[in-house]
Amino acid sequence: MSLTYLEAIREAQAKLLRDDPRVFIYGQDVGGTFGGAFKATKGLAKEFPGRVLNTPISEDAMTGVAIGAALEGMRPIVEMQFADFSSIALNQILNNAGTQYWRTNLPVPITVRLPSGGTKGSGPFHSQSMESLYAHYPGLIVMTPATVEDAYTMLIDAISIDDPVVYCEHKYLYYHLKADALPSEGMPIGRARVARAGRDLTIVSYSAMLHESLAAAEELARENWDIEVIDLRTVKPLDTSTVLGSVARTGRLLAVGESFPWGGVTAEVLARVASEGFHLLDAAPARLNAKDTPIPYHPNLWSAHRPSSHAIAAKARRLLRE
Amino acid sequence: MLQTARRGRKKTGSEAQAAAAVHERYLEAYRWMLLTRLFEEKLASMYRGGMITGGVYVGKGQEAVSAACGMFLRKGDIFAPLIRDQAGRAAFGEPLVDVARTYLGSRLGPMRGRDGNIHRGKPREGQLAMISHLGAMISVVVGSLMAKRWRGEKDFVGLTTIGEGGMQTGSTHEGLNIAAVERVPLVVVATNNHYAYSTPNEREFACASLVDRALGYGFEGYEMDGTNLNACLETIETAVKRARAGRPPQLVVASILRLAGHGEHDDFSYVTDDIRKEPFAQDCLKCAEVCIRELGLADDATVRNWRDEALRKVDEAVATAQREPAPNAGEEDWCAISTRELCDPVE
Ligand SMILES: Cc1ncc(C[n+]2csc(CCOP(=O)(O)OP(=O)(O)O)c2C)c(N)n1
Repeated sequence: MSLTYLEAIREAQAKLLRDDPRVFIYGQDVGGTFGGAFKATKGLAKEFPGRVLNTPISEDAMTGVAIGAALEGMRPIVEMQFADFSSIALNQILNNAGTQYWRTNLPVPITVRLPSGGTKGSGPFHSQSMESLYAHYPGLIVMTPATVEDAYTMLIDAISIDDPVVYCEHKYLYYHLKADALPSEGMPIGRARVARAGRDLTIVSYSAMLHESLAAAEELARENWDIEVIDLRTVKPLDTSTVLGSVARTGRLLAVGESFPWGGVTAEVLARVASEGFHLLDAAPARLNAKDTPIPYHPNLWSAHRPSSHAIAAKARRLLRE
Repeated sequence: MLQTARRGRKKTGSEAQAAAAVHERYLEAYRWMLLTRLFEEKLASMYRGGMITGGVYVGKGQEAVSAACGMFLRKGDIFAPLIRDQAGRAAFGEPLVDVARTYLGSRLGPMRGRDGNIHRGKPREGQLAMISHLGAMISVVVGSLMAKRWRGEKDFVGLTTIGEGGMQTGSTHEGLNIAAVERVPLVVVATNNHYAYSTPNEREFACASLVDRALGYGFEGYEMDGTNLNACLETIETAVKRARAGRPPQLVVASILRLAGHGEHDDFSYVTDDIRKEPFAQDCLKCAEVCIRELGLADDATVRNWRDEALRKVDEAVATAQREPAPNAGEEDWCAISTRELCDPVE
């Protein structure tokens, strides 16, 4: 048996629906025989009647409904058709779900699934990575699984957590990643993973950029550099101690993300390492992100807009020479 | 129907009982209105005396609408009030001391100094805590009602309120539409108090009446004179009953004038002299008092007693909250999620 990242997300949801009567899925086109724009809920409406529901094109209200249901004890999963459209639900996610526990002492166990990140030809409004934005606000947990196994176990964990979770699933990984089997248990949420061990430089990454970073590490290995690659797994909470532990071994840090460059996850990683681990650094830490323009449509432009393995390797080379 | 207690033909036993029940309900609503007016006058004077941090937002002129909103709800229902709903919150069972605690930031209040004034609630008890963003609570009530339906609960409703200003947000549109799509037992009471902060109706919407939107959303709609307590009670009672009975969601549009500033910081000088002469500019509390006197529903001494009793309750609530400890930043738990081990370790 071989499963894709997308199938792992579907399987996780099937298991959740099967095991927990409080779970329901709410989103555009998720129900009926259609099963979602990407087929992440394929067949689930039939298998779980009345629990996989199509909604109007109302991201704000979809999320509001999930919040209200969660306050009454349900465990809703909201599927945004594309992460980009969650901008319409920002208010509900940030101001309603994100403030509820702090204000009223009643947590809001919703999971909002965001099909995220760039794929060829998708353009400015179907390609965004919004994890930095959600991570900026208090009250939310932000997951960015990079492997089939994590896609599966982290989604199951997301639903078991009593607080709101923004689950960023990468569309590029949907079909590109495969695994032989699904694990019954994953690493604890909030813990980063050393995806490749090395001594010369630490690349901190997550989601699809993990795979570009691993490819860059391979490229550099041919030049006899020994690169360590960290997969953050969740960007909030951010596992600062695993990152610092790695930098303590390598003395050099490059943080790589696919979201826009101003602020964000990579800036946060650099800030934490600079302020808490300055003495560990042998060179100024560096970061690589998408460019500060909307995400372009044409593949010639798109492939230069996001960090590629070659761009990551080039940046790492400069850092290794310092 | 509210009828005179003195005049009219002799009633049959059951007619007389029904009339008495209606009178009793009217007087109960009046007492919630009175308590609210006196309490909010106290809050306003405390604000002017610098004893309340942040803002004070009162529902002067809106008490009849609001009291009626709270009175037909019962335990197990969901109430998502907004800015001018002190009367309805009280009628639904929120203790006065919790209001004082929230305004004064008491650590023992429902919001523990973390949020203030009207941004309060106890979601575990069906009193949702509004966020400021207007329209955002409508879909939240829809979700809570869906959860109750899934659990197999029966005979429940949700009621939420909104101003004519808040009726214009995208969130309100999405919320009303999804309520009708999910066909939940929801009542939305929209009060047109003719200003959103300082902006008059003609810069807010261009349809003839907001109730016309009911049809567009698949709601049943009603208009009512928000200065007339009996009209408020009858209309909202009907709407709540119909929602409970499984009719489509209900939209009630009330017309009043806001008789105070947007908040106590606001002198509402933008309210024109002309609009102050409109019938909808009457004070619902005074109208109710005239009605009580004219119909002989209660004598003056009784009304005076109610007032004294309300004042005592107000003073007691405020005094209690004033004695309680304020939040302490050093002891505060600065973690915004309940899963403590997942709090981000940032300095
Ligand atoms: C989405 C949003 N925008 C702006 C505000 C700021 N604001 C608070 S109350 C208010 C006026 C609301 O008018 P209305 O809905 O008619 O209610 P009223 O205050 O008249 O009772 C405004 C603009 C807000 N709370 N929410």
